[in-house]
Amino acid sequence: MTVRVRVIPCLDVANGRVVKGVNFVDLKDAGDPVEQARAYDAAGADELCFLDITASHEARGTLLDVVRRTAEVCFMPLTVGGGVRTVGDARELLLAGADKVAVNSAAVSRPEVVSDIAEKMGSQCIVASVDARRVSEGRWEIFTHGGRKATGIDAVEHAVRLAQLGAGELLVTSMDGDGTKAGYDLALTRTIADAVSVPVIASGGVGTLDHLVEGVTQGHASAVLAASIFHFGTYTIAEAHAALRAAGISARG
Amino acid sequence: MAEIVALVDYGAGNLHSVANALKAAGCDGVTVTVDPSVVRAADRIVLPGVGNFKACAESLRAIPHLIEAMEERVLIGAAPFLGICVGMQLLASRGVEHGITQGLGWIPGEVRLIEPADPAIKIPHMGWNDVALPSHGPGADVLDPGEAYFLHSYHFVPEDGHMIAAMTDHGGGIVAAVARDNLVGVQFHPEKSQSYGLETLARFLQWKP
Repeated sequence: MTVRVRVIPCLDVANGRVVKGVNFVDLKDAGDPVEQARAYDAAGADELCFLDITASHEARGTLLDVVRRTAEVCFMPLTVGGGVRTVGDARELLLAGADKVAVNSAAVSRPEVVSDIAEKMGSQCIVASVDARRVSEGRWEIFTHGGRKATGIDAVEHAVRLAQLGAGELLVTSMDGDGTKAGYDLALTRTIADAVSVPVIASGGVGTLDHLVEGVTQGHASAVLAASIFHFGTYTIAEAHAALRAAGISARG
Repeated sequence: MAEIVALVDYGAGNLHSVANALKAAGCDGVTVTVDPSVVRAADRIVLPGVGNFKACAESLRAIPHLIEAMEERVLIGAAPFLGICVGMQLLASRGVEHGITQGLGWIPGEVRLIEPADPAIKIPHMGWNDVALPSHGPGADVLDPGEAYFLHSYHFVPEDGHMIAAMTDHGGGIVAAVARDNLVGVQFHPEKSQSYGLETLARFLQWKP
């Protein structure tokens, strides 16, 4: 066997509480992130991701506290994103117990932040986010501000650049798909995965277990991220692993 | 009295995760330290490490008398030693990441970039993968076959195959663990490998080589 495809539940966190946006607008409060993390650890999730969607300066201490408490009870890799702008922000999260930090908007305005973090802390701890929308057939653009603001930056070129700057993996999110349950943007995922040598995490739009399978078979992703299907109990991590294995994909369990 | 397990804090990363996992594995005496006198008195020594070989080797060497204390306690005093990820790679004679850097040289060999022939194989090697034990390999008191979490772009190539304690596969064989006498080094992260990892740490804590 070879390295397993990772199934990564993602928790959106605001002010220390778990929320899940539907297309980033309606937020539903669904609990304590540490309890959720512990449940996913026990369920055999391959990694866990926290995205802090408040990421205001005031909420920083709350987030660090959540990360610290999670690291005390969870023995699985933890990625934390949201508001990481500098090497200092990354270091703070890693010292609190994160294993990787996800860099999103800062890497759009100043991609060099990725190489700054890679040099100081190593590529293995940087996940660079690529938040994209389809603008025409076969072309995607980077969007910021929760998918509302176009940047004019070509998503595939941006992804290749982030990998060259030292990102250890790329989190590719279709902002068109996010929250829709219509499936990943497979062409976007595949175009980026085939263009870089680092692993790609598919994200945005999972509604069924088949979507996870397609992310790998058609999107060429090394990891599949999903939120609401796990969060609201539609499917378990074990069911996700079983679906991948049934499709002939290397997965745990 | 609880044994003292010195977790060597030389500024190379995820120390708290390792400390938390050792506690969860039943260790009451985790001492996070960079003090050579504490290392000399420790019952067991754990050397973590994330990031790159060169930076980790330089940070370790920058602490006066730390390596001497480790050599005294581990190589002469035979205290059980566990190296994790780059802490395992540091056992090698040298690493080639960002230029050639000397390692501890406790297990002769070199740490090299993983270069799979198939371009579809992604680097870093990231995620859960097999820990497969050779028959009659070293370190079998600490290691069990199973699945663990790996995250690395470089791998340890020991000169003596008898010091390979476990293998994994990522576009070709990758050494997952090395061992000899009272030393064991794991390329994977037991502190991030859920029950498999905690059980590995628990066996290390009981190990009487």
